[in-house]
Amino acid sequence: MSDRRLIRETSFDLTGKLFRVSWLYVLLLCALAGVGYAALYSAAGGSPEPYATRHVMRFSFGLVLMLGIALVDIRFIARLAWPAYAASLALLVLVARMGHVGKGAQRWIELGGIQLQPSEMMKVALVLALASWFHRASWERMGNPLFLIPPIIAVLAPVGLILKEPNLGTAVITAMVGAVMFFGAGVRWWKFVLVAAPVPFAAKIGYGYLHDYQKARIDTFLNPESDPLGAGYNIIQSKIALGSGGMWGKGYLQGTQGHLNFLPEKQTDFIFTMIGEEFGLVGGLAVMGLLALIVLGGMLIALRCRNQFGRLVALGISFNFFMYVFVNIAMVMGAIPVGGVPLPLVSHGGSAMITVMIGFGLLMSAYVHRDVEFEDRRDAV
Amino acid sequence: MKRETKRTGVFTRRALIVMGGQVTVLGVLGAKLYQVQIAEGARYATMADENRISARLIAPPRGRILDRFGQVVAGNRLNWRALLIAEQTDDVNGTLDALSRIVPLPDHERARIDREVKRHRRFIPVMVREFLTWDDMARIEVNAPDLPGIMVDVGTTRIYPYSDRLAHVVGYVAPPNDNDVTEDPMLSLPGIRVGRAGVEKYHDLDLRGRAGAVQLEVNAVGRVIRELDRQEGTQGKDIGLSIDADLQQAVLNRLGDESASAVVLDCRNGEVLAMASNPSFDPSLFNSGVSQAQWVEWTSNRRAPLINKSTAGVYAPGSTFKMAVALAGLESRSITPFDRINCPGYLDLGDTRFHCWSRYGHGSLDLRGGLKNSCDVFFYEVARRTGIDRIAAMSHRLGLGTELDIDIPGARTGLIPTREWRIGKGHYWNIGDTIVSGIGQGYIQVTPLQLATYCARLATGRVVQPHLTRTIGGVLQPGSNPEDWPQLGLPERMLHSVREGMWAVVNEQGGTAPLARLADPHVQLAGKTGSAQVRRVSRELRESGKFDSSKLPWEFRPHALFVAFAPYDAPRYALSVVVEHGNAGAGAAAPIARDIMADVLTRDPANRAEPPGAKVADRGIRGG
Repeated sequence: MSDRRLIRETSFDLTGKLFRVSWLYVLLLCALAGVGYAALYSAAGGSPEPYATRHVMRFSFGLVLMLGIALVDIRFIARLAWPAYAASLALLVLVARMGHVGKGAQRWIELGGIQLQPSEMMKVALVLALASWFHRASWERMGNPLFLIPPIIAVLAPVGLILKEPNLGTAVITAMVGAVMFFGAGVRWWKFVLVAAPVPFAAKIGYGYLHDYQKARIDTFLNPESDPLGAGYNIIQSKIALGSGGMWGKGYLQGTQGHLNFLPEKQTDFIFTMIGEEFGLVGGLAVMGLLALIVLGGMLIALRCRNQFGRLVALGISFNFFMYVFVNIAMVMGAIPVGGVPLPLVSHGGSAMITVMIGFGLLMSAYVHRDVEFEDRRDAV
Repeated sequence: MKRETKRTGVFTRRALIVMGGQVTVLGVLGAKLYQVQIAEGARYATMADENRISARLIAPPRGRILDRFGQVVAGNRLNWRALLIAEQTDDVNGTLDALSRIVPLPDHERARIDREVKRHRRFIPVMVREFLTWDDMARIEVNAPDLPGIMVDVGTTRIYPYSDRLAHVVGYVAPPNDNDVTEDPMLSLPGIRVGRAGVEKYHDLDLRGRAGAVQLEVNAVGRVIRELDRQEGTQGKDIGLSIDADLQQAVLNRLGDESASAVVLDCRNGEVLAMASNPSFDPSLFNSGVSQAQWVEWTSNRRAPLINKSTAGVYAPGSTFKMAVALAGLESRSITPFDRINCPGYLDLGDTRFHCWSRYGHGSLDLRGGLKNSCDVFFYEVARRTGIDRIAAMSHRLGLGTELDIDIPGARTGLIPTREWRIGKGHYWNIGDTIVSGIGQGYIQVTPLQLATYCARLATGRVVQPHLTRTIGGVLQPGSNPEDWPQLGLPERMLHSVREGMWAVVNEQGGTAPLARLADPHVQLAGKTGSAQVRRVSRELRESGKFDSSKLPWEFRPHALFVAFAPYDAPRYALSVVVEHGNAGAGAAAPIARDIMADVLTRDPANRAEPPGAKVADRGIRGG
């Protein structure tokens, strides 16, 4: 690549940036939000109120936020990585001390009338921080185990705090996102094995420290029919609804399970079940296809980036999205324990939507600035 | 730049690995979706149908209880009630406050409602107030907008037209407890009642009927969307009693304020025509739960209104027991009807002296004279000759101290002591115990129902069992024919000599119960008095001549007993009267027995034909 081209591309104007936005990707996101609108319309019994209208308004706001972030110079974002991480960590500590107790867990915090879920923000901030850390790492330094200790601490500190909230699902997702960042940065295979090997033992010990409701989730996951009206209720009802959908579904607005309220939390965690019941396997696979396109699109963006920071941000954000999708869909099919994880851009819920769109904003920023050259080790500290 | 290239290369390779992993995972999820939706789809689709169709039980009306002429003694009445459905209001307390401005809600009711609201799921209606008047209902309906969650509906409630007059026989119903509910799911329905005493309890299953079912489409929180199918249940069966409710009223009226029991049997078949226990209680109070104050009043009352004295009160039979002793002696040939025994006023046995009730003695008596004068010494001697075990065996045959087939739960067995029983308790049997048993004292305890049964068996020579149930669901039950009952197995001449003694007690000059004589000389009553001491009287006191049991405090006075059957020449009715602490059978119990028997013979309930037409006419004549 020539120096001339670099200079041109690092100093392009606003219009130029807008042209570099992947509008196809934005379209995919809009399509997913459209699926969410339709599903929430059905979840409300064929009414835009109370879910669907607000969903669109939130998404519109999120879209503007995303495009705004996309236009921010990725190098500026890189400088904000560690401050953002520190702020998120502080919020996590705060929520541990004085959080709103929702569904038996301290997860929410009120800041100026907006409900925040610091664990969601933490994941984005962690992606930025790790990307920043590994961006400045030369290949040789990657081989130095001591160099890996600070990022490991950066992962474990929030994971521990989220576990304490307690929010097992988000903690696992956070740890997985962190691990993938390490993987993308080029940490050697055997080091993963070294860290992963003791995990089963730790899990066995950790089980003893879990809250009863978390133990119950794991227990009913292993045998959901053991408690059909209690903890296993959600999983069984969800499977019934999905199963009764069959190949083509019962038709839009025709799902009996969801509309008769057998389906728990149908507008949030179990929205995919509603889709599966009303549109059948075909509809469910179509939505999964759309989700896969968004995940893989994010990965393609990561591959297309020419700077390590952008790559790692795109990797982390798209993998985080993938984890949401995986946990949510696996959960409603009874393949993993119920984790309270929404289906991004489809489920009803404000805080998650905003953090997801912030994430996509960062992803898009990485794409818009895919060719910028970092002034190595000064910008990315 | 080379390092940079290497880093890029590693990233690209690993990103592709990650993408491959993601595609694999999503593929597995897709396969799992196929499994849930298609492979196991049929199974889940069936479950989906079960999910939204819920069967609800509908309680059938409880069967009625009728007297022998078809008069309702326990029936059902429509009961308008206010229910609270907690999920339909944001503020349960606010709603209840608003409601209490329309109909008063006492604090303990509020506490109960709070408890029930917490215990049930929020869509299950909780009874707030029963027995609403038309005015209350109108006011609730008018104020409905201010009473979210309040619903007025109609159920049935148990009514007892004869109230306390038949409380001990009919019993009462009360809300079921947790144990009942596990046994019949119908009992979890709001407002349902189960029999807790008397016939209501004994025939609870027949009365209850079988619940109907309605299939409803419901959503997951149980709210009804629409009705799909309905299956009517079977109504509870009506139970027809042998009781004559009007006679029962008359008997209770005659008992007046006494703490007493009176049992009237059709002595040919054992049908209970009247079973009165005084004082009584209002059975409808149990319907909605008895207040603490009421309960304390009942349980602390020494006249024990809750206890059915006829079946659950035990008394020493006193001299009414002498016929059993006589028959035991006759059957074992330890005496004959013509053996004479001299009564000097006492019987010495070793260094113990047993007194006759007459200080001066009765002189030489045969069996008939012994019964007529109720001579204690005569029966001391008969008992001594016969032995306690034979007396006990005869008593059991005659229905004393043994379990009867009465259809009222909680009947007591009483006790006739035997050697074995005493030794089982770790004591020796003393001959003195046999002596006092000869006059129905000591350890002997019987119930008034047993006394009436005993009298009926003496009168007819058949082992009749007292029973209340004539019909179930309109079907006549066995037992109403005399031939349904086996013979007692005693020679008629033995029974005759005992009956003759009983006749003399009432109808002969010098008998102990002249007050029991019926006014109509053509219908004669045979009977026997009895007094049961409740406290031992010391010999010194008795010999001092100052002893007068009527001057004792009420609770230490002897019980007064009388057993009788009539007419003497063709026995039809048998009765027992026990007046607690009534002092002497001849004075307190005999006149009551006479009046009751006169009334029974006039009404003649057992002989009345009851074709449907005649029944209505009869009722008119009797003013029922």
